[in-house]
Amino acid sequence: MDLSLTDEQRAFQAVAREFLDREVVPHRTEWDRRESVDTAIVPELGKLGFFGLTFPEEYGGLGGDYVTYCLAMEELGRADSSIRGIVSVSAGLFGKSVLAAGTEEQKQAWLPRICSGEALGCFGLTEPDTGSDAGNLTTRARRDGSDYLISGQKIFITNGTWADVCIVFARTGGPGPKGVSAFLVPTDSPGFERREIKGKLGLRGQATAELFLTDVRVPESARLGAEGEGFRIAMQTLDKGRVSVAAGCTGIVQGCLEEVVRYTTERRQFGRPIASFQLVQEIIAQISVDADAARLLTWRAADLVDRGESFGTAASKAKYYASEAAVRAANSGLQAFGGYGYIDEYPMQKYLRDARVMTLYEGTSQVQKLLIGRAETGINAFT
Amino acid sequence: MNIVVCVKYVPDAQAERTFNASDNTTDRENVDGLLSELDEYAVEAALKLVEAGEGEVTVVTVGPDQAADAIKKALQMGADKGVHVKDDAIHGSDAIATSLVLAEAIKKIGSPDLVVTGMASTDGTMGVVPTMLAERLGLPAVTYASELTVDGAKATIRRDGDVSTQTIEATLPALISVTDQINEPRYPSFKGIMAAKKKPVEEWSLADLGVEAGQVGLDAAWTKVEAFAARPPRSQGEIVTDEGDGGKKLAEFLASRKFI
Repeated sequence: MDLSLTDEQRAFQAVAREFLDREVVPHRTEWDRRESVDTAIVPELGKLGFFGLTFPEEYGGLGGDYVTYCLAMEELGRADSSIRGIVSVSAGLFGKSVLAAGTEEQKQAWLPRICSGEALGCFGLTEPDTGSDAGNLTTRARRDGSDYLISGQKIFITNGTWADVCIVFARTGGPGPKGVSAFLVPTDSPGFERREIKGKLGLRGQATAELFLTDVRVPESARLGAEGEGFRIAMQTLDKGRVSVAAGCTGIVQGCLEEVVRYTTERRQFGRPIASFQLVQEIIAQISVDADAARLLTWRAADLVDRGESFGTAASKAKYYASEAAVRAANSGLQAFGGYGYIDEYPMQKYLRDARVMTLYEGTSQVQKLLIGRAETGINAFT
Repeated sequence: MNIVVCVKYVPDAQAERTFNASDNTTDRENVDGLLSELDEYAVEAALKLVEAGEGEVTVVTVGPDQAADAIKKALQMGADKGVHVKDDAIHGSDAIATSLVLAEAIKKIGSPDLVVTGMASTDGTMGVVPTMLAERLGLPAVTYASELTVDGAKATIRRDGDVSTQTIEATLPALISVTDQINEPRYPSFKGIMAAKKKPVEEWSLADLGVEAGQVGLDAAWTKVEAFAARPPRSQGEIVTDEGDGGKKLAEFLASRKFI
């Protein structure tokens, strides 16, 4: 077993860190306060290759592997999870769904612009009444001649108000997951309204939106995959998305580790650095082990993706562990900062607020445990 | 247009930089190093010129094994090929010897239309190699360019001084050193990193260049470091407490340091 990175992976990791340390880290507090990152960063991220990393070259991508993508996601998570979310939703959820299920025409229409960061995509699955129970969503797409008319409501959609295009999951058939289809809907379509959700605990720099669709007309060529395949497309994409979230969470843990080590070795109380107190070292040791464990679970899942093997359960384990570890690391790290951890002059409280959603979205910790439990026992405990 | 960019691998300013205790030369092997930041501007300037027209950018460096990293970074940014001159005899060379090795390397590369360098290295910070190199190559030298355009066989350079700005024209081929005001160097992209793997890098020794070992190295150097000592830690600053006369005290402090 060889866990060493290739020269190119290390080079990209170093460039990503250098870029983010210069272009993102100095601004993250301000972006967090004003509830919006500077969107001028998006095409810059595109130039470096963050969006196109794992897409084939014929669609404007760079043909990189998933381990490299996870390294990029870790660096983004360490710098600012709001930025990480913009990339992982546009490339990982939107782009990967189109790559997996799209027609050649659909891929050519959207992927080059997604890969360059020129266009952003979003993923319209969650609805006000269906979160974990996505298979029972109620947005409806009904036939009208050769077109579809889509009506319904979506909520908590990352990139929602910025995106140029949205994958809208809507019911074309009967109840349950098998009645769901997916559609590529330009967000400037008549009848497509968006409202930004303000006042989030974390990820305040990224746009999270409610979407309202009223008889939005799309041609049949906008359907992604066959009728009834929507839920399967969503779940497949989310499996990979979980690896990406896990990598972002690893970045949060790593960021907490670096900040806590720096602070506790500089901060002096009782005449010595607080890092010399055993209870502080306990905090540091726990975060350090969590960083390694989260990273190794993430890399294992990414390696399975790269080798074309089944990775769903590994992804659930990585996402479950890394997201809980991110909350733990930010919380205990903040403790080591004392009162300074509570103000946004230092990054600990932002790490904690950003980490908190990680155990909720793209499958809650409870959903991950049910998936892992089902894989271990063969018994479905969802319903 | 074919451009040669001279680059240097320097100790990272963020790291603990030191000298070798045995011969008082800069320690380049036990300290993390990188492509001198000032040379990134030279690479960027060359890439911009070639991208606007045609031709290729060759980067050349003189240094130990690790200096290959400086070439690699330039190739990742987009340069086309690299030349690495390395030879144990070069260790301890001064600016005069460095300019000799670079000049012979550039002659062997061919006859570039333009040689571009940074304004100085971030370790030695002498800033004399560009003009020495131009002298050896018989090229006109324009230093400290903060703007550079090329039209046919004519380069136009803006040179910002303390009291005036000069616009200088030079006929190609020429050597131009650039400042950190000339551009914003790009970050290597993932595409650039992957592409750099396949770009050619030649390694040349002094013998390949026809340079005698006795012409370079510490023994041939005109300048040597006689002794070095770590900089003493910064002393504690003076805290002025405002008791109604804070402004006066500050002014007195500044006056005592001849700032006002």
